[in-house]
Amino acid sequence: MRDDVKTRKPVDEGLRSVPALLAHNVAVRPDRTAYREKEFGIWQSWTWAEAADEIRAIALGFLALGLERGDYVAIIGRNRPAMYWSMVAAQCCGAIPVPLYQDAVAEEMVYVLDHCGARFVVAGDQEQVDKVIEVQERVPCIEQIIYLDKRGMRKYDHSRMNWLADVQAEGKVAHQRFDKELDTRIAELTWDHTCVMLYTSGTTGKPKGVVLSNRNIIETSRASAEFDKLRSDDEVLAYLPMAWVGDFIFSIGQAYWAGFCVNCPESPETMIMDLREIGPTYYFAPPRIFETMLTSVMIRMEDASPLKRRMFHNFMEHARRVGPALLDGKPVSAADRAKYQLGDLLVYGPLKNTLGLSRVRVAYTAGEAIGPEIFDFYRSLGINLKQLYGQTEASVFITQQPDGEVRSDTVGVPSPGVEVKIADNGEVFYRSPGTFVEYYKNAESTASTKDAEGWVATGDAGFFEDGTGHLRIIDRAKDVGKMADGRLFAPKYVENKLKFYPNILEAVVFGADRQMCVAFINIDLTALGNWAERNNIAYSSYQELAGHPKVLETIQGHVEEVNASVAEDKMLSGCQIHRFLVLHKELDADDGEMTRTRKVRRRIVEEKFADLIAALYGGSSRISTETEVTYEDGRKGSIKATLEIRDARVVTPARAVAAQ
Amino acid sequence: MSISDARALQVQQMESADADIFTTPDGRRIGGPILEMRNITLRFGGVVAIKDISFDIREGEIRAIIGPNGAGKSSMLNVISGFYHPQEGEVWYRGMRRARMRPYEVAREGIARTFQNIALFEGMSVLDNIMTGRLNHMKASILAQAVWWGPAAREEAEHREKVEKVIDFLEIQHIRKTPVARLPYGLKKRVELARALAAEPKILLLDEPMAGMNVEEKEDMSRFILDVNDEFGTTTVLIEHDMGVVMDLSDRVVVMDYGKKIGDGPPEEVRNNQAVIDAYLGVSHDDA
Repeated sequence: MRDDVKTRKPVDEGLRSVPALLAHNVAVRPDRTAYREKEFGIWQSWTWAEAADEIRAIALGFLALGLERGDYVAIIGRNRPAMYWSMVAAQCCGAIPVPLYQDAVAEEMVYVLDHCGARFVVAGDQEQVDKVIEVQERVPCIEQIIYLDKRGMRKYDHSRMNWLADVQAEGKVAHQRFDKELDTRIAELTWDHTCVMLYTSGTTGKPKGVVLSNRNIIETSRASAEFDKLRSDDEVLAYLPMAWVGDFIFSIGQAYWAGFCVNCPESPETMIMDLREIGPTYYFAPPRIFETMLTSVMIRMEDASPLKRRMFHNFMEHARRVGPALLDGKPVSAADRAKYQLGDLLVYGPLKNTLGLSRVRVAYTAGEAIGPEIFDFYRSLGINLKQLYGQTEASVFITQQPDGEVRSDTVGVPSPGVEVKIADNGEVFYRSPGTFVEYYKNAESTASTKDAEGWVATGDAGFFEDGTGHLRIIDRAKDVGKMADGRLFAPKYVENKLKFYPNILEAVVFGADRQMCVAFINIDLTALGNWAERNNIAYSSYQELAGHPKVLETIQGHVEEVNASVAEDKMLSGCQIHRFLVLHKELDADDGEMTRTRKVRRRIVEEKFADLIAALYGGSSRISTETEVTYEDGRKGSIKATLEIRDARVVTPARAVAAQ
Repeated sequence: MSISDARALQVQQMESADADIFTTPDGRRIGGPILEMRNITLRFGGVVAIKDISFDIREGEIRAIIGPNGAGKSSMLNVISGFYHPQEGEVWYRGMRRARMRPYEVAREGIARTFQNIALFEGMSVLDNIMTGRLNHMKASILAQAVWWGPAAREEAEHREKVEKVIDFLEIQHIRKTPVARLPYGLKKRVELARALAAEPKILLLDEPMAGMNVEEKEDMSRFILDVNDEFGTTTVLIEHDMGVVMDLSDRVVVMDYGKKIGDGPPEEVRNNQAVIDAYLGVSHDDA
């Protein structure tokens, strides 16, 4: 009945909360694996029935500790089954889980914890507990800290602190006292109860708490699971931050709706190995991860024997030509098919296996535009990589690409149940069952984002392509501007082209209201470090490598190639980069230059490096600067550097056009 | 394979040392002396490396041995681990005078160590290296282990579980299968600590665990040493050059200079000891 896509029946009365979906999974597939986590070198697993027992024990323990309806429970830690269970257990108690970014420094946590008034905090390990204790004085609402990893916690004051296993044990012991209360609270949950509250990282200003109801999460999960035919035998790897809406949808929403298994890696460092061992069938990664993977493949191929290198390049070229067509089911000649099959045997298959993507049925990327070459690389291997466009306020999905209609420059068609419209200024608006309820304690922002009819402004500029009906996103609406002479300025368009080069990790282009465009470049230490090693270039630090003349030369080459490619697009030819410099430090979330989801905060970068921008627009060829940096533990320091500014060749036709 | 004969321990009644068991402010339990060095003198030909030194190590404490280069710190550690045999003096372990022992016998008695210059099996994986730390706990014969027969296989699984706990504790899951030769220096040091821990020692001897590390690696290593002591109550003897690290980590410090003991006590006391200050600031020994 639930698999019936066409009729779009309302969701069953009994499936209208996450705890209800859990009960459904226990009834339908009690012995199927629901969670897996690698610990002590072995994949430990829990069936739906076992997971439900664990969750119930936690919920009972929470009740014993006095968790009330409507309380907020902060969850801080890496992806582990028990962290997910704590979220669902909080829901069972009628409380609202609020997952936080685990790499946030204590200072950043103060605002969120205080804003939501969290009474309970579930922390992954000692590191997280320390941060909570550090901020506790300023956030008096915190009453109980519950931690998962016992290590190093023995000597802490436990008067208001508990080990999660103890909470569970206490819950089990007290079950006769609380069973009835817990069942009552689970039964009370409705469509309109808040399912989860997620703080948007916010490229500007303070984070906002996005309130998502059970309706938002479950309707969206159902629609998207049906869209991609997700099944109970699918496998996902849960490794993206739990505070990110995507992880909540994939690892809880869709997992509970479709009943598939969520796998948690052993540690962040083992992610790549764990990915290989699990071989997920449904995989999500931001473009950055696909970029990193491709970079590492390319680096390793450089080090491979000449024969292997030739074989790789030969077959990859063939795959680029016919792979995407094969994936989309378009006609391909028999000879090409045969060669592709041989390639699959010799190159593509082993490569996919190494990447851990052999079993992928559906893979998504989103969050940033992905370089077409990167996108096509994975498609050509036969990996069904697609793009989606979404945001926290939409419970992820706004548009997504159906199988067979996948392209790197669009983000697909509106997801089932979502309406999309383009405003006169080009900004994209949407309305959907997943549209958030409100920003918590921020009626003003709610009103300015969501209008009375439920249309939400995305802040992105885009347009629907004629003929295909696919949405194309150009840039953040507020970032798209005009140059001094009126030509269109779309920084991200150029930055994405730059970032395709493995040597370039990040780029920031400036040029709004100016005569010409200039750029900051961040080198990729992995790729260039390997290159330096092979070319006997000695360096002692990131800074030194970044300033090496040969590195600058290489980067200059890339910039000039991008200029040539940008010049081909008449509308955007003004965005060619005239001058650039290579930054002496990596842009980092700890310094506020990027969001936790690794998007550049343009304004902050602009302010922080104002001297460098002035130098780029001035005529000088060198600039000395000092930059404040924040270490991972929150201490501050500063680094000094003298940077070289280079002029890049600009393709002349663009000038000719501009001169007209 | 019995070692009982080799373990000729002279049982003597320990005179009732004031075994005042107490608890530190941060909640660790420090017991009575577990190891006592009594009037140790060690000579290499005409060179006197250690001159009549006595000190004790209490159960559960972190005890540091510091001193300038050539002070005899590593020699002292080698005496404890049975690698060197002092010409004079006695080593008392758990209330009994210890007879002359080979290093492997000392290891069986529950004393594990790491080395100043890393001594791992470079060609073997991290996991295999740490497994060697379990050697003294393995009961199955070489033959049974080689054919991986019934009980031997079960035993190996048990040891592997212990080793995995150590791997988890020291957060080296990501290099489990990596050959040691491929690892950077800081990680090799951590693997060595892991191997020592896998032996489930009563006393852990660390010879300059932080030499050649950067600040971040030192911070990590310090945290691991504290966590080991805190979690398993392992008595730890530490040689270290970095004074800051020593003062932060240890409960009591022995200071050596030219083979002699010039100070002994809690860090703050040692820090203000004039002889120690002189030794570290390099006052000429002729006028001392």
